[in-house]
Amino acid sequence: MKQPGNISPIDPRGPLDTSSPPDPGGRQDPQSPRDPNGAGGPRDPSSSRDSARNPGTVPSRFDAIVVGGGPAGLSAAYIMSGAGLNVACLERGDWSGSKNMMGGVIFSRPAGTVVPDFWKEAPLERHVTRREMWLATADSAIKASFETTDFAREPYNSFTVYRSRFDKWLAAQAAAQGAYMVTETLVEGLLWEGGRVIGVRTDRPQGDLEADVVLLAEGVNSFLTEKAGLGPGPEPQSLALAVKEVLALPREKIEDRFDLETGAGASVEIVGETTGRLPGTGFIYTNRDTISIGVGVLLNRLIESDAEAYTILEQFKQQPQVRRLIQGASVREYAAHLIPEGGYCKMPRLFGDGVLVAGDCAGMVNAINSEGANLAMLSGRMAAETIIECHREGCGFDGPSLKRYRDRLEKSLVLKDLKKYEGATPFLQKHQEIFNLYPELLAALAREFFTVDDLSKADKERLLMRLFRSQVPVREVLKMAYDAWRSLV
Amino acid sequence: MPLHCVVCVKQVPDTTQVRIDPETGSLVRSGIPSVINPFDLFAIEAALRARDGHGGSVTALSMGPPQAEEALRKTLGFGADRAVLLSDRAFAGADTLATTYALAAAIRRIDGEQPVDLVVCGKQSIDGDTGQVGPGIARRLAFSELTYVCAVDRISPEERHIRAWRQREDGRELLEAELPACVTVTEGCNAIRRAALPDLLAASRQPVEVWSVDDLDVEREDLGLKGSPTRVSKIFAPPARERGEMLTEPDKPLAAAVADLMDRLAARGLAFGSARG
Repeated sequence: MKQPGNISPIDPRGPLDTSSPPDPGGRQDPQSPRDPNGAGGPRDPSSSRDSARNPGTVPSRFDAIVVGGGPAGLSAAYIMSGAGLNVACLERGDWSGSKNMMGGVIFSRPAGTVVPDFWKEAPLERHVTRREMWLATADSAIKASFETTDFAREPYNSFTVYRSRFDKWLAAQAAAQGAYMVTETLVEGLLWEGGRVIGVRTDRPQGDLEADVVLLAEGVNSFLTEKAGLGPGPEPQSLALAVKEVLALPREKIEDRFDLETGAGASVEIVGETTGRLPGTGFIYTNRDTISIGVGVLLNRLIESDAEAYTILEQFKQQPQVRRLIQGASVREYAAHLIPEGGYCKMPRLFGDGVLVAGDCAGMVNAINSEGANLAMLSGRMAAETIIECHREGCGFDGPSLKRYRDRLEKSLVLKDLKKYEGATPFLQKHQEIFNLYPELLAALAREFFTVDDLSKADKERLLMRLFRSQVPVREVLKMAYDAWRSLV
Repeated sequence: MPLHCVVCVKQVPDTTQVRIDPETGSLVRSGIPSVINPFDLFAIEAALRARDGHGGSVTALSMGPPQAEEALRKTLGFGADRAVLLSDRAFAGADTLATTYALAAAIRRIDGEQPVDLVVCGKQSIDGDTGQVGPGIARRLAFSELTYVCAVDRISPEERHIRAWRQREDGRELLEAELPACVTVTEGCNAIRRAALPDLLAASRQPVEVWSVDDLDVEREDLGLKGSPTRVSKIFAPPARERGEMLTEPDKPLAAAVADLMDRLAARGLAFGSARG
């Protein structure tokens, strides 16, 4: 048996030498890990280890590449690999979900068309049994809410989630279906051949990857969509900035304060004082033992107003009816993210030769109903179904074949809803009074209506009418109502 | 002649994000992301370079809960050929004695399947900070032990020896040892490569072998908490260091500050003659 310690100092200058040792970094370029000049002599770069790994398990060319491991990309990767396609999904974050700030709601039926019965396994926070809408002023709130025990049963209606956890889970499901999931890898550009996309270029050594078709699901910063010539890229007037805090509060306290059954959750959307009088909404979602609270405001209006997003959120948290719900909670996280709210008219072209777009980079957000991840998952699924169909029929992935993707979306709620609310963002940009004047006015009317003083009810009604007319000319109200009807109904 | 390296990798909480609960004195680990022990990244690169130079293969080895698979998958992504995770409740709560016992048993099994020439470890972990695991493995396997290696000079599988620079407090020394050897490496001995895309794609689908106690030739009572004589008597946050006293002031001549310093040293019996330079 060898004894440990059979080590001998051999440096002729003696054991102590303060001169620099040879720099191994200087001899081996980290960019070329198979550098044959590395310490010890040449080595065939393709020899031993690739054979140890069964060559052939990694295809040299994929059936499909998905750029982005978010809701849209993961849904597509899951479905395509489940159908037997060779799929590589490239995500720039440390893991799928690490770049995702969403702490909100996913809807079980659309998500269930991607992963059936996902609620049995997926990391979810609470099933939502109540939705509330508030019109709020600095000191009061008009609340409308709907609640049903029906939403507490399978298949449920929606769940609050941390998208960062949910996406990590979904990525693992896609990997289990056989998708090649690669993280910490940025796709910097597209590979072209004769005017069609044939692959992607990543920031990795040996980082080019080819495929029959590339699905861009890169999220709101849609630089590749722009490079693919499908759209102009993001503009401030079609973006909203959402800032959000995650506040820790014990489970029972959440259930007490929001009046919920054990495990049930509430979602609250608030218009009015919440957004510092800017076009946008405030939101509160109950998680298991945290609350997600935040505001989303149209980016161009935020820039014009000189207001700081975090100040608006701070004010929102101080609104008395809001403050009561979050009192004593400690801040766990703070996050901000852009949301593409340009709607239907700002959407890019949805496909080109060898390329498709889905999710946020395709502008698929319904701002009126706060649905984004939902449409992302659906569009990812439909992109996957289109690719699988084209793959099986062998009809290629040129524009005419991929047009089926658009057809699918048009037949579904994705484009139907987006078309319906086509005018929503321009309407909200135009009628900012919805976010300041009307909540104030309605709250004032309600206050007067519910205040019992020495006026008779008939006098009260006359007073309310006078109050209303003094604030807004009837003409303006009718105009707003007409615009609202045109763009939202 | 090909070289078979085993690199030991530990998944640790990202200590830059760990806080200490001031009341209980315990580490607040919930929600803290896990990373590969930063010192182990140098070990991985050293092992990969050794393999790239000679041919052969790298086996990554870790012990930890099931999620430590992530650290091993990353190691595969860097280009390791095989990954083994020791994961079993029986391993839990191990101090360095029990840890090296389990790791050495695993390396013995790996060695039985394919002889091991070199074991590479980071010099220490950032959560335990003991620096004992590498030497412990060397001692248990009776491998040559080279600690605090800041540069590998030469490996010769044919002549069965390794020559490496070892970092000392007062300089560096060049040492030679017989193979098989266990080497612990210091920070900066190399720079971890940016993993190549083909390696990442391969790693994403490659299985990580998970071994339980039953897969090793070990005595259960020497494993985990049972096999760990180390007892933690108290965990506490060290008091914040007091700020040093500044003797220089904007308008004060430097000579006055030096004189001041000499007076203070003299008062403590620490002064020696006059200030020089």
